Amino acid sequence: MTQSVVVQVGQCGNQIGCCFWDLALREHAAVNKKGIYDEAISSFFRNVDTRVVGDGGNISKGKICSLKARAVLIDMEEGVVNEILQGPLRDVFDSKQLITDISGSGNNWAVGHKVFGSLYQEKILEKLRKSAEHCDCLQCFFIIHSMGGGTGSGLGTFLLKVLKDEFPEVYRFVTSIYPSGEDDVITSPYNSILAMKELNEHADCVLPIDNQSLFDIISKIDLMMNSGKLGAAIKPKSLVTSSTGVFKKRQEKPFDAMNNIVANLLLNLTSSARFEGSLNMDLNEIIMNLVPFPQLHYLVSSLTPLYTLADVNIPPRRLDQMFSDAFSKDHQLIRADPKHSLYLACALMVRGNVQISDLRRNIERLKPSLQFVSWNQEGWKTSLCSVPPVGHSHSLLALANNTCVKPTFIDLRERFIRLYKKKAHLHHYLQIEGMEESCFTEAVSSLSALIQEYNQLDATKSMPVEDLPRLNIAM
Amino acid sequence: MSIVTVQLGQCGNQIGFEVFDALFNDSHCPGGLCSKRENEAYQASCKERFFSEEENGVPVARAVLVDMERKVISQTLSKAARSGRWKYGQHSCFCQKQGSGNNWAYGYSVHGPRHKESIMNLIQKEVEKCDSLSGFFIIMSMAGGTGSGLGAFVTQNLQDQYSSALKMNHIIWPYGTGEVIVQNYNSILTLSHLYRSSDALLVHENDAVHKICAKLMNIKQISFCDINQVLAHQLGSVFQPTYSREGSFHYRRNPLGDLMENLVPHPEFKMLGVRNIPQMSENSLAYSTFTWAGLLKHLRQMLISNAKMEEGIDWQVRPPLSGLPPLGKMSVNKETHFNTSIANLVILRGKDVHSADVGHHRALKRVLCAVRMFSPVICQCQSPKFILLKKGKIKTLVLVAKRNPCTSM
Repeated sequence: MTQSVVVQVGQCGNQIGCCFWDLALREHAAVNKKGIYDEAISSFFRNVDTRVVGDGGNISKGKICSLKARAVLIDMEEGVVNEILQGPLRDVFDSKQLITDISGSGNNWAVGHKVFGSLYQEKILEKLRKSAEHCDCLQCFFIIHSMGGGTGSGLGTFLLKVLKDEFPEVYRFVTSIYPSGEDDVITSPYNSILAMKELNEHADCVLPIDNQSLFDIISKIDLMMNSGKLGAAIKPKSLVTSSTGVFKKRQEKPFDAMNNIVANLLLNLTSSARFEGSLNMDLNEIIMNLVPFPQLHYLVSSLTPLYTLADVNIPPRRLDQMFSDAFSKDHQLIRADPKHSLYLACALMVRGNVQISDLRRNIERLKPSLQFVSWNQEGWKTSLCSVPPVGHSHSLLALANNTCVKPTFIDLRERFIRLYKKKAHLHHYLQIEGMEESCFTEAVSSLSALIQEYNQLDATKSMPVEDLPRLNIAM
Repeated sequence: MSIVTVQLGQCGNQIGFEVFDALFNDSHCPGGLCSKRENEAYQASCKERFFSEEENGVPVARAVLVDMERKVISQTLSKAARSGRWKYGQHSCFCQKQGSGNNWAYGYSVHGPRHKESIMNLIQKEVEKCDSLSGFFIIMSMAGGTGSGLGAFVTQNLQDQYSSALKMNHIIWPYGTGEVIVQNYNSILTLSHLYRSSDALLVHENDAVHKICAKLMNIKQISFCDINQVLAHQLGSVFQPTYSREGSFHYRRNPLGDLMENLVPHPEFKMLGVRNIPQMSENSLAYSTFTWAGLLKHLRQMLISNAKMEEGIDWQVRPPLSGLPPLGKMSVNKETHFNTSIANLVILRGKDVHSADVGHHRALKRVLCAVRMFSPVICQCQSPKFILLKKGKIKTLVLVAKRNPCTSM
């Protein structure tokens, strides 16, 4: 069994990370009734004997003593991390795996990347090496950050280069929160574009997410809950947004519901690697199958179902509905419409009591309405995991490498150009040592090249799949 | 003579478990249609082939389990141990921590050489436990990383190290609409390597078996377990002890040798397929009766119309009258859809087996011989034991035919 290390950078990254660890504990508690430290838990947690001082306390088998998350928390201001360390999860984090500073990055990518990057490079390397040493077989780093801010986007992407150099064989999965239309950070286009260049070059796989889509999903759930349609009662705890706290009683923090969705995404992504199933899918298989060319590693994700009704007898129609929903544009975690764009590859990760015949039936049913690229007409990657998520009897995560990410990038580029043409706010960046205007132009041309690649693929969309004409020899 | 099974990857291990389970349950099922002495002879023969004895009497499967990650192997071992009736050897498995990532190159070029010593040692230990070795049965899938890549590597090494033992690879052809996106790469690479190093390739297509489960077995929600059980049943029908037609009182000793001798007359043509009749769910069994004539007729038509199951057979296809298929352009004539085979082997199991008349097949033989000048159909039959789903007075028929290499690729 392999292990993964989660690196959470910046306010957004740390808040999502906090929800992730919360849900991970809940999931393992539900599955692992005997309290034995098994391989599934070891993929994200260490079992530590807290009585031992120093680093020697790792226990590899037997009963769970005290679980420590395999995580590194990085933030350039102390508020968020301190809050986590004083909250209910304080024992899960190893106090030595933190890197904090006082003043923050001021929403400035250059400060995060150049200033704090060089300042903390050694310390970061040390913490990463330490967490890698605690792993038997480290497979993957999960980096969680936002693109619009300063620390998350600047320092988060600086990390990628460090990881690539130090651990070239370990995969780098990045969960990036892209700024939505009504973002409150004015310089977010600059930060995002500069960060995108790093993501293009150094990440193995990126899962873009945006706040607006998450918010839409929450509204949908709220609508469903409050409408009391058909007298259907929703099982508490089954919401894709719920956390360990008692349903609705606890005063939840504002972004919690949205963060929980992202946390669920990460849990479902790794479920087939951690738990048993009849068709397993490991993290390296995700990259192998879904990334046809190294540049095109942006995967659009969607999670269904969003909630489970309390009715125990689920007719198969609901199962089919789950599959249909996964392809609708309302369930995607980023503003995208995959059905009307070109698919390069698609993966379906199913959890729970779903069998291969259900999967095949739905693939046959949905295939005609989706457009696949010419060289991969039947390209589906499927996996079945027998352990369902908490509160659900089955769930589906669909990952698609689809040209529908293009509009997000084009939009980002538009906003960047609008600011850049007027050189607004530029001096804050240029006064940092190491930043020049060429950084901006390089970043935007890297993004343009990416958009161009997607354009070329889109151009082949409606062309029939024909072989090249052969020479006919006249007899 | 014994067969050593090598199970590779998730698919190989899941199928391997079902195969051993089916073999064991069949040889030990109570009742049956023959005398106690015959029963014991059957059991002993099956045991010699697939199980070895251990101190406390629980038979141990002659198998080596290989996978690059631990989950499936531990599941397989525990399922076998839980049944209490047979088990896998404790030290016959090899696993690593990280899988092959659906990457054939990883399985063949990285994991293969790296772990060659350990895997070949395990196989060596298993071989040493056999009194005489008939050969190897390697179960793998073509779409994944470990089964396909490492499987090709292991087969090559077996050819180098045990050049006089026969190797039959059981390969699983993936679903047409994809279980893995890079399955086409992995499959082609595997087939090309296996063609050089294996002696016979027994192919099972996921699509075909899935259809059997859906149409014939009437299973509503088909799981991989169901598919594997159908597969195991077909494989069991092939590998369980048989007599030869000419009548003898001892079971034939070399299963792989028999198959190869009859079905692989030329090393260029090694792909085999299995057709099994009848196949149905346990519930329907109680209400059905069969005759040899009926079964043989269906089986023959399944063969010449290239159907994989006994439903939806195209009865319009007939062997060409002239004995040779027309050369030149393919006409729309139905006769050209006649599925020519290079060699066929019919295995009959059940009651009154000696009354079964394979006369049609003799007639067919003439046609087939005219098309390809190879050995005729040979029949093997055996006193009733291998029973579909373990009950009743059932006749089952198995045809192991050579695939025409031009058709389904």
